[in-house]
Amino acid sequence: MALDKPYLDIPGTTVFDTDQAAKGYHLNQFAVSLMKAENRERFKADPEAYLDEWAMTGDQKQAVRDRDFNRMIELGGNIYFLAKIGATDGLNYVQIVSSMTENDADAHAEMMLNGGRPPDGNRYRHEWEHRSGGA
Amino acid sequence: MARITASVYTSHVPAIGVAMDLGKASEPYYAPLFAGYGPARQWMADNTPDVVVLVFNDHANAFSLAMVPTFALGMSAQYEPADEGWGARPVPPVIGHPALSAHIAHSVIREDFDLTLVNDMPVDHGCTVPLSIMFGQPDAWPCAVVPLVVNVVQYPVPSGRRCLELGKAIRRAVESFDEDLSVQVWGTGGMSHQLQGPRAGLINQPWDNEFIERMVNDPEAQASMEHVEYVREAGSEGIELVMWLVARGAMADLAGGGEPTEVHRLYHVPASNTAVGQLILEDAPTRSAPGRDVS
Repeated sequence: MALDKPYLDIPGTTVFDTDQAAKGYHLNQFAVSLMKAENRERFKADPEAYLDEWAMTGDQKQAVRDRDFNRMIELGGNIYFLAKIGATDGLNYVQIVSSMTENDADAHAEMMLNGGRPPDGNRYRHEWEHRSGGA
Repeated sequence: MARITASVYTSHVPAIGVAMDLGKASEPYYAPLFAGYGPARQWMADNTPDVVVLVFNDHANAFSLAMVPTFALGMSAQYEPADEGWGARPVPPVIGHPALSAHIAHSVIREDFDLTLVNDMPVDHGCTVPLSIMFGQPDAWPCAVVPLVVNVVQYPVPSGRRCLELGKAIRRAVESFDEDLSVQVWGTGGMSHQLQGPRAGLINQPWDNEFIERMVNDPEAQASMEHVEYVREAGSEGIELVMWLVARGAMADLAGGGEPTEVHRLYHVPASNTAVGQLILEDAPTRSAPGRDVS
């Protein structure tokens, strides 16, 4: 019997459930390894050698190289794990988070100062069917 | 005997800790928020407990995907601030209370809450930012902490109902501890925020304010809310708010006692990507012993 996943109809959102966690295990464990300063240094010094130490898929490694956080999340990553890749690059949460949206970091910060992305029009996937960028 | 004196609810946005650590709390971006924290800090200075049972979630720092405990109770004498990837926060170590931890574990596990008991873990911003918000920047935290770590990162996370019931069990555990201690329960996280995907940046101010209102006046109704409503309305990371229900469950009114007294409420947008909430509820005074009621 299929599992009950009522959250699949929320637009622009991937809920990190047990299926995603299984898919992203090695990607997330790679990311969490960057909590250690010596691992951050090794990754920065030779990214390919460091990536090869982890049993990630080719797609996952490419998403890491591209720093494509949306793609990493699609492939099973979770933001709290992936944030450590951003931390290694010297990015803060606003920079990491905005990279997944239509806005750059400055525009994202401005949107937050203006009250954030509103819930209206952003609750259900069907509301995004004719979306052409912007909130 | 130990007694619950209050519950405190607060967001634990990492950027708030960073602002304090880097001396930016008085800059225009943060000044209104920290001004809002002023009354809470004054109340806390006047009502510092002996121990805080601090409910928070780990953000892939103490627990990788190697282990994902739903409820994990810290048992240690001391917890070190975690290096989350940016280097550890320059804050004091968190001092535990092993005897109270052991008592809570013994008591609530016997009530069918199957806690994971953790003797060795760092604590991340989920724990240290609330301490910074409430106590500022002391050389040592002014009370002991029993950390209760709730999984809200990997679904399914515990239900609001389960969190509220755990809070009730924690109250019973604290009240059966022989040492004379004042204990607060802090529920942390939230409010509305989403840190991932094209919908990132979601903030829902009406929903957040209704949530605070229900936390004060109708926590049993709030406990029945499904996860999907938190995610849809308050963002994928807004699900952290279920942890507030653990603290609310520890108040006397849910154990047949009097209503709590609201002494502080704050709502502010934004801090970084997040809406910030804060609430303090003082527990109702203990009722007269049986037989002395003259009504």
